Amino acid sequence: MASLKALKLRIASVKSTQKITKAMKMVAAAKLRRAQQAAEAGRPYASRLDQVVASLAAKQTIGPNSPRLLAGTGSEERHLLVVCTSDRGLAGGFNTNIVRAARRRAEELQATGKEVRFYLVGRKGRPPIARLYPGQIVHQYDTGDIKQVAFDDARRIAEELTVRFAAGEFDVAQLFYARFQSALVQDPVGQQIIPVQLRAANDAAAPSTEVEYEPNEEEILAELLPRNIAIQVFRALQENAASEQGSRMTAMDNATRNAGDMINRLSIEYNRSRQAAITTELVEIISGAEAL
Amino acid sequence: MPLHFELVTPERLVRSDEVHMVVVPGSDGDFGVLAGHAPFMSTVRSGEVLVYPTAGTAPQRIAVEGGFAEVNERGLTMLAERADVVA
Repeated sequence: MASLKALKLRIASVKSTQKITKAMKMVAAAKLRRAQQAAEAGRPYASRLDQVVASLAAKQTIGPNSPRLLAGTGSEERHLLVVCTSDRGLAGGFNTNIVRAARRRAEELQATGKEVRFYLVGRKGRPPIARLYPGQIVHQYDTGDIKQVAFDDARRIAEELTVRFAAGEFDVAQLFYARFQSALVQDPVGQQIIPVQLRAANDAAAPSTEVEYEPNEEEILAELLPRNIAIQVFRALQENAASEQGSRMTAMDNATRNAGDMINRLSIEYNRSRQAAITTELVEIISGAEAL
Repeated sequence: MPLHFELVTPERLVRSDEVHMVVVPGSDGDFGVLAGHAPFMSTVRSGEVLVYPTAGTAPQRIAVEGGFAEVNERGLTMLAERADVVA
């Protein structure tokens, strides 16, 4: 049995750990609220842009002249997986889950003989991917000094992706991130961003009247497609930010509770050994007195 | 009849209210939108949007960066990458 002194130290150390995890949980909860609000504020733009792109694209027939971002390069050999993770750990299974989803996809693709490359956003995805797929990371976008996700970051990532696409580095790009459902549930998902995938245009929403376009439909579409990619990246980053905080909050809540349980167990052990020590001492005194 | 005007950026909904007229810096030239405008869609160059809350008043100016404008039977919707109210 551990000595009284050792037990006391142990309790003190678990207590200070509990304080830290509790504080982290509280911070995560506050950040989560902010991230959720930001994600909600971005919804109107995304849904409108979606509608417009869908209605424009529905009128176009995909031919050799249509924009490559929409029609693709005609082959599906080289895939780029854009993996968005966080910069910090201690967020439960958040980063692991995203990386696992990307890995599963990469294995599927490689099994069918496709070429896979990785584009990383955030720091935590690098170690596991670099270990499993050495030399296949084309770039890592550093999000180290971003406090709140800004559209400019998403636009920069999207621009870089479109430049690489235009240079013929890949045929298909997929985006991996965790979709936020609640503080308890975050879904790692993969979503194709290049070529642009269109949701079926809602016929009811399509205007019956003739719409005038300026400069013309093709040019508007050509300008909207890169923007659409930026918006999808932006949505992913926002969802990711909310998921990260949600995941961290849950993880830290569990850690706080575990620390509490441990303190209880240790306190009981401490009290028992203290009592045992007192009893032994008394027995010694009494038997000493009897011997006289 | 007022015109319903909405200005959205990826980060937030900047404005959504009833106004008299909006002058939009379209990529092929500025155009004004009043209530009952024909359905129309245009890309927008970076510049200033002029919003006239009522007829005859001085316009409010909002600087926008890239995006496009859509006019339909519900009003005018502008999607801009960035929007700042000019003081």
